Amino acid sequence: MEAHPTSYSMITHQRLRSMKLTMKHGEGLAAFLFLLPNILGFLLFSMIPTLASFGISFLDWGLLNSPSFIGFTNYRELFTDDVFWLALKNTASYSFIKVPLNLMLSLLLAILLNKQLHGRNFFRSIAFLPSVCSSVAVALIWTPLLESSENGLINHVLSLLGINVIPFLVSPFWAMPSVILVGLWKELGYFMVIFLAGLQGIPRSYYEAASIDGANSRDVFFHITIPLISPTTFFALTTSLIGSFQIFDLTSVLTKGGPANATNTLVMYIYQNGFQFFRMGYASALSLILFITIFIITLVQNHYSDKWVFN
Amino acid sequence: MKTQVATIQWRKVTKNWVWYVLLVLLAAFFFIPFWWMIATSFKTYSEVYTKQYSLIPTSFNFDNYREVFNALPFGVYLWNTIKVSSLVIIGTLTTSSMAAYAFARLRFKGRDVLFFLYLATLMIPRQVVLIPNFIIFRELGLLDTHWSLILSGIFTAYGTFLLRQFFLSIPKELEEAAVIDGYGYWARFVHIIIPLSNAALTTLLIITLLAIWNEYLYALVFLQSDVNRTLTLGIALLRGDFDVKWNQVMAATLISIAPIVLVYLSAQRYFVEGIALTGVKG
Repeated sequence: MEAHPTSYSMITHQRLRSMKLTMKHGEGLAAFLFLLPNILGFLLFSMIPTLASFGISFLDWGLLNSPSFIGFTNYRELFTDDVFWLALKNTASYSFIKVPLNLMLSLLLAILLNKQLHGRNFFRSIAFLPSVCSSVAVALIWTPLLESSENGLINHVLSLLGINVIPFLVSPFWAMPSVILVGLWKELGYFMVIFLAGLQGIPRSYYEAASIDGANSRDVFFHITIPLISPTTFFALTTSLIGSFQIFDLTSVLTKGGPANATNTLVMYIYQNGFQFFRMGYASALSLILFITIFIITLVQNHYSDKWVFN
Repeated sequence: MKTQVATIQWRKVTKNWVWYVLLVLLAAFFFIPFWWMIATSFKTYSEVYTKQYSLIPTSFNFDNYREVFNALPFGVYLWNTIKVSSLVIIGTLTTSSMAAYAFARLRFKGRDVLFFLYLATLMIPRQVVLIPNFIIFRELGLLDTHWSLILSGIFTAYGTFLLRQFFLSIPKELEEAAVIDGYGYWARFVHIIIPLSNAALTTLLIITLLAIWNEYLYALVFLQSDVNRTLTLGIALLRGDFDVKWNQVMAATLISIAPIVLVYLSAQRYFVEGIALTGVKG
C-alpha cells in the first residue's frame, strides 16, 4: 500500500466513481458467497431450531412415538407443575443474589489489583485461573471441600472455631448458598478482568483534577469511578445475568439439583424433561419460558440503562 | 544508595500493608481449592478419610493417577477434546469473519434485515435450540459423533457481531487504495482486513476455546459412547452416587484441567487482553 501513495491521489473522482459502478455488479454475488457458509449453519442450527422449538412445544412427543398436536396443553401444565415453579424460583434467586455480589466483589477486586502493588500480576493470574476451568471441574474441586462432616475442609476449619458442622450440599437451606459461593469463585476473576479494562479506560486527568479539588477517596469512588465505569458495569451486568439464568453444569455436578429439588434450575429441568423423561414437547415449552425470561430481563435492563449508564 | 531505595520501597509496602493483607487473603481464597485438589490427588484413601488435615500429603504416591488412567481412556478424551476444539475454532473464525466482512463492507439487498436477525438470535440461549438440534442430528445420523458437537458449536451470531463491529473501525481508505491496485473482494479481505484484525480474532479465538473446551450440556446430550467423550464429559461421570473415591476424582480432575491451564499460563496476555476487549466494546 505504501508504494502507491501518489497513484491514489492522481485518480480523479470521476474515475473512482466509474470503478465503483463496475464493482457494484459483482458486489451482491460476493456478499452471497461471503455469507454462505455462516448463513447455512446459522439457519440450520440456530434460526430454524428456534422456530422448531416453538412448534414442538405444542406437541406430545416422546421421540419413539409419533408426535401428536395437543395445543396449549404443555403450557397449561406449566401452571400446575410445582417443580417448574421451584426451578424458576431457584434460577431467579441464584441469579439475583449472585450477580450483584459478583459485580460488587469483582469491581473491588479490580480496584485493588489496579493499585501499584507488588506482585499484582501474579494475583491477577490466580484470580483468573478458575475462569479457564470447566464448571464441571470446579464443581468436582469444591464438592469435597463442602462435605457435610468434619472430613470436609471447610467444616473442619469451622469446627476448629467451635462452629457445628454445616450441611452445605445436603440441606435444602444451605445448598443454594453453597452453589452461589462456588459460582462466585469461578466467575470473579473473569469480571475482574473486564472491570480492570474499564478502570484503565478512565482518563487519569479526572483523578488528578479531583485530588487538586481535595476530594477524598470515597468521593472519588462514588463520583468518578462509579459513573465513569458504568458502561462496563452495564456490560458485566447483562453478561452475568444472562449467563446465570442458564446455570446447569455447576448444579448438575455439585448437587444434582438436590436435595429435594432445592437447586433444580430451568435448564436442568429442560434437560430432565427432554432426555430423562423423553417429553420433547414439554421440554420445548420450558425452553421457551427460559427464552422469554431472558428476553424480558434484557428489555428491562436496556430500558433503565439510560438512568444510570453514563455514556 | 541501594539501602535508601530499599527503605523507600519498604516504606511503600508498609504504607499499603492493609492492601497486602487483603491480597494474601484473596489469593488464599482463590488458590486453596486448587491446592487441596493437588494434595488430595496424591493422598491414599485412608489418608483422605482420617482427620489429619495435612496441607501437604505425607507421601507423593502416584497410585491414584495410575488407577485413574487405567479406569478411564484419558488419552482418547484429550484427543477428542483437542479435535473438537480445533475444528470449532477454525470453523468459527473462518465463517464468522467472512460473514462479518459482508455485513461490514458489502452492500446487498436485505442486509439490514438479515443483520437484525443475527442480532436477535444473540439473545436466544443455546439451551432453547438444544432439543431441535438433537432431533436434527438424529435425523442426519450424526448423534454420538463429534460432528454434532462441532456443527452446533461453530455458527454463533456472537462471532459475526464481534468481528463486524471491529471491521467497521478499520478505515475504508485502506481498501479503496487496494481497489486501485486491482485487489478483488477476497484479496482485500485476506490481505488487508484479516491482518489488521488480530486483536478481535484473538478475542474470538479465546472465547470459543473456553466455551467448547469446557462444554458439558451439549456433549452430555449428543455423545453416548465412551470413546467419543470429551475431557469435561468424562470427568463429570465420575461423580457417581456411592462411594466416590475423592483422591482418584481429584487426580482425574487435575488431569482434565491441566491442558487448558497450561495453555492459559503460557498465553496469559492473550487471554486477559481478549476478555478485556469484549467489555470495552460493549
